[in-house]
Amino acid sequence: MIHKFKMHGTNIVTDINSGAVHVVCDIVYDILDLIDAVPQSLHGECPAEIIDSLGSKYSKEDIIESYNEIIELCKVDMLYTDDKYGEIAEKINRKPQIKALCLHVSHDCNLRCKYCFAGTGNFSGERCIMSEETGKSAIDFVIANSGSRKNIEVDFFGGEPLMNFEVVKAVADYAIEQGQRYNKIFRLTLTTNGVLLDDEKLDYINKNMSNLVLSIDGRKMVNDDMRKTVSGGGSYDVIMPKLKRAADSRSQDNYYVRGTFTRFNLDFANDVLHLADEGFKQISIEPVVGGKEQDYSIKEEDLPIIFDQYEILATEYVNRRKNGNWFNFFHFMIDLNQGPCVIKRMSGCGAGCEYIAVTPDGDIYPCHQFVGNNEYLLGNVLNNNYNTTITQDFADSNVYTKPKCKECWAKFYCSGGCHANAYQFSGTIDEPYQIGCEMERKRVECALYIQAQLVE
Amino acid sequence: MKHIKTLCGATLKNSAAKGGCGECQTSCQSACKTSCTVANQKCENNK
Repeated sequence: MIHKFKMHGTNIVTDINSGAVHVVCDIVYDILDLIDAVPQSLHGECPAEIIDSLGSKYSKEDIIESYNEIIELCKVDMLYTDDKYGEIAEKINRKPQIKALCLHVSHDCNLRCKYCFAGTGNFSGERCIMSEETGKSAIDFVIANSGSRKNIEVDFFGGEPLMNFEVVKAVADYAIEQGQRYNKIFRLTLTTNGVLLDDEKLDYINKNMSNLVLSIDGRKMVNDDMRKTVSGGGSYDVIMPKLKRAADSRSQDNYYVRGTFTRFNLDFANDVLHLADEGFKQISIEPVVGGKEQDYSIKEEDLPIIFDQYEILATEYVNRRKNGNWFNFFHFMIDLNQGPCVIKRMSGCGAGCEYIAVTPDGDIYPCHQFVGNNEYLLGNVLNNNYNTTITQDFADSNVYTKPKCKECWAKFYCSGGCHANAYQFSGTIDEPYQIGCEMERKRVECALYIQAQLVE
Repeated sequence: MKHIKTLCGATLKNSAAKGGCGECQTSCQSACKTSCTVANQKCENNK
């Protein structure tokens, strides 16, 4: 399987099964269109049909020369490489070893964001916060179920975790201490809206947490339309100075400003660039995930506009990189040479088998997005009850068990998408959320385009 | 090659041999929390 596309005059060809990426001339690009249609192609000399078909556009010599280069790449398994990973996928023995925990230390929030998947922080339940005991039990549970995994991630999440910061500190200290005892490396993250972020908290976070996710949507008007205070005002002016201070205090590294775009700001490239203009270097802006009934949800007809925005962003991304005024955009960061192995790339996000969410009551769910869905309640950390029957479904899921993923050229870049999105839109984790897939494919194309521009 | 410039070779195929240690970051934990991208992550297998 190959995938090819043109973007702003650059022709890119990816060989899906080898991972090779090529920039090609127009002649090669056009020949590749004909390869499938000409039965004897990819064997021996350039077929006459190909020469005849393209003879009016290119010289015979150039066509033959280009064809021969294609054949050379085929011989070294960098074009039209066979897919042999299906066999590997069947043999993946993904024991439910937990290595990542989304710890819901607060099911309460001091903002009332309109699009909040957590029902403005309480996940459709009582507003409550986690006790220190429950937090520590979650750490014990993860260590006990982590098997041979050495690296363990914990994201202090909410609601708003800074509303329960004393417990965050106690549990973080405990995780680090227990990690040393059991030879585990705990990597801690905190995801916050920034409202309660002050120097004292920041000092603790910077000393103990390897990542910090700061929520903001971009331009003031856009942010304030969605991210409201409890009294209904905008949050931008409250959080922006704090987020800037936080980013600078971490030397503009090991953090993300993370926002959401909706169909109310389909020109979201301006929001990414606004955050870059405000000095943030690590930026992630994600499409909202909401039900069809929500007026802010992305609709299929919005996709052409969204694709244009990703291209605009990619072009500006390259310009700024070349001018030394760089920033990172999470979905454009593709490591072509040192990225994860193919086994990671086929086996997905890990929710439900490697990754769990734990609520303030200690309840365990496959991930933060499943919290509150009784069908996916896996157990509770306080009594060590853990239903591995459900987790096996997640462990068994990979890009080869999902028919649409199996046929998709982007499967090794996205690993099969978000299980929770799939479940929300298809009722099963095995059928991905199609609008999300379309956007992901476009982001990957943009990321590859950027790589092509930056090596020139 | 005159007509083809290769940005990266068969990295994926080569990774099948040593892959699967599972020590890398969980995709969702970094920043996205909703939309999966794995290709931007680092391999943690130094062996």
